Amino acid sequence: MAAHTTSVDHQEHSHPQASVYAKVGLVLFVLTALEVGLYEITYGEHAGSSASAIQPFFVPLLLLLSAFKFALVAMYYMHLKQDSKLFSGIFVFPLIIAAVIIIGLMVLMAYHMAFARSG
Amino acid sequence: MEHATSTGLDSRKLAIWTFIGSECMFFATLISNYLVNKGRSLVGPYPHEPWTSPSGEHFKPILEIPLVTLGTALLLFSSLFVVLALSGAQRGSRKALVGWLGATIFCGIFFVGMQVYEFTHFVREGLTLKTNLFGASFFTLTGFHGTHVTIGVIWLITLWILALRGKIPPAKSLNLEMAALYWHFVDVVWIVIFPVVYLIK
Repeated sequence: MAAHTTSVDHQEHSHPQASVYAKVGLVLFVLTALEVGLYEITYGEHAGSSASAIQPFFVPLLLLLSAFKFALVAMYYMHLKQDSKLFSGIFVFPLIIAAVIIIGLMVLMAYHMAFARSG
Repeated sequence: MEHATSTGLDSRKLAIWTFIGSECMFFATLISNYLVNKGRSLVGPYPHEPWTSPSGEHFKPILEIPLVTLGTALLLFSSLFVVLALSGAQRGSRKALVGWLGATIFCGIFFVGMQVYEFTHFVREGLTLKTNLFGASFFTLTGFHGTHVTIGVIWLITLWILALRGKIPPAKSLNLEMAALYWHFVDVVWIVIFPVVYLIK
């Protein structure tokens, strides 16, 4: 039986205009400045009296900013927003596995250390 | 004329996305390694805290945030530049393709240069792969990332030479799109590494 085939169509998903890329670039730059600014006011030389109030939110905020930047690059620069959903699947599925690996190993190590401390 | 595929998608693009998917898991193991060893070094130098050795030698916190922030900003801009180069290639604008691709390569070379400076500075300060857990996991993670950036720079330089010779017409822009996807991936990995290694204490 002959395999079902489809001709390759490069024009199916048009990519954004240069102005969209520039706006995304500006947002990425601002978010990076925010990350470093957040570090400076929490732990850097410019850390003031509010530093201790920010500290509990520092890591979640940084991870949120980082995730937003990651998503912007993937959606707009890597064209996942316009391209075939198959590409998104090929990228997102390993990303989920990657997140599970990171969280799993951290939990395992934390448990191991707690177990070792308790004797 | 393009050949038909079972998915209707170009096989080369599917291949680079599959490769990127596998790279996600590769870097996940390196990031996990860094995170599980974070704060467990028995001797300095440390990333964020000063340290005095038993012999009385004083070490400052070793990470240099301002320099790495500049490298990070340039790597982010390089992602913008490469996507503008791709846009130029797809429109058939050789001037835009060569110019933006050249800017991307410049940013990539700056980033690699920044890492070479950082590594040599760390070694001079007494931090090597063998010094402590931080050194081992830091050099492994950022070293593999730097290797990826270097490979990306070499790939982009070959495409830049082809573009100068007029050998990347719009019909062949996928050759650049594949390199651009790899370059963006290297960028998103750094988006994760930068806060995890340099900002989170």
